[in-house]
Amino acid sequence: MYEFDFVKPSSVAEAVAALGEEEAQALGGGQTLIPTLKQRLASPSKLVSLGGIADMQGLRLDGADLNIGGATTHGTVAAEAAGSYPALAVLAGHIGDPAVRNRGTIGGSLANNDPAACYPAAALASGATIVTNAREIAADDYFDGLFTTALEEGEIITGVRFPVPEVANYQKFLQPASRFALVGVFVAKYADGVRVAVTGASEEGVFRWTEAEAALSGNFSADALDGLTVAADGMMADIHGTKAYRAHLVGVLAKRAVAASA
Amino acid sequence: MTKVTMTVNGKAASGEAEGRTLLSSFLREELGLTGTHVGCDTSQCGACVVHVDGVAVKSCTMLAVEAEGAEVATIEGQAAADGTLNTIQQAFQDHHGLQCGFCTPGMVMSAAALLKDNPKPSEQEVRDYLEGNLCRCTGYHNIVKAIMAASGQDVSAIAAE
Repeated sequence: MYEFDFVKPSSVAEAVAALGEEEAQALGGGQTLIPTLKQRLASPSKLVSLGGIADMQGLRLDGADLNIGGATTHGTVAAEAAGSYPALAVLAGHIGDPAVRNRGTIGGSLANNDPAACYPAAALASGATIVTNAREIAADDYFDGLFTTALEEGEIITGVRFPVPEVANYQKFLQPASRFALVGVFVAKYADGVRVAVTGASEEGVFRWTEAEAALSGNFSADALDGLTVAADGMMADIHGTKAYRAHLVGVLAKRAVAASA
Repeated sequence: MTKVTMTVNGKAASGEAEGRTLLSSFLREELGLTGTHVGCDTSQCGACVVHVDGVAVKSCTMLAVEAEGAEVATIEGQAAADGTLNTIQQAFQDHHGLQCGFCTPGMVMSAAALLKDNPKPSEQEVRDYLEGNLCRCTGYHNIVKAIMAASGQDVSAIAAE
């Protein structure tokens, strides 16, 4: 790692001020950023830890919405969302491994927007709202391609607001080496319709499978997806799976998710 | 350099760290606690697992300055002061839960974290929990057996192959 200064503010306002300096970078749990720094793929002059800000910690159920602080770890979500939003708790409980889940944070994951990460699928399928120090961003307007989001320089995800669905389920097909999602599909059923989000598959990152949403909104059963396919064009391809294989998995996992939640 | 102070295995400990100093480096090089091993240094293998404020973390993927004021537990604090092994360590010895032993500090610390939250895990729960701990000797069967034994469960039928 290159050298950097380190600060750990105790309020969002202090963190925003610290991030205003040139080449400053926010640090969530560091489970992606620290390996990136070790490889010298990033060279911030200053790291601003978000781990000391009490306002960004923990879960709060507010009517039909589950609010999760941006610095809340996957382990905490896995344990504490089990009653209010079980599918989200299960998703959080299968990110990385136990030690990674004790450090990695929801805000960090969403800010990084890895194309194979799990949380983007949950946020998009839930129609979540990304809350920052400056504004609120609908998930539909937030994800902007590989490792790219609507966040401005120095903008901090202070929390995420999830409307709790009637039922939901996440199916992840593990990439056998990294245990990231080779493909992951999150299905969430609300009173006004069904949303389906896919991670790990597209070259453009997480996306909504709108044809499946329309079919499932009329008939929430796995059979409703019979005959629906996702185009292989635009899918990612690597030694673990071709474009066609990933496209096929989207349909299979969507059916499994519906079957598991119906 | 910044002075970093934490409680390690129940005792106050402090040393100098740069912003970029990893907790694993701080424990090994500044405090001389070389029982915490660095296997891969890429957050995969889990040999460096320690407890920070009661939860397992990969100390190669946490900055030492982030542990300022924290309670840290390492493998060195697991045995009693007279050297008597704790239940998990003794079970690893009794059930041949180590071959070369390099991964063992992380395995023992992960096992301790698991059994604290889940005192009677199933075999599958043990295997799932060890997802982030790799044994290059591939000695998993006996590691799982040792952890099950440490939880006080009958292990005669486990991982016999």
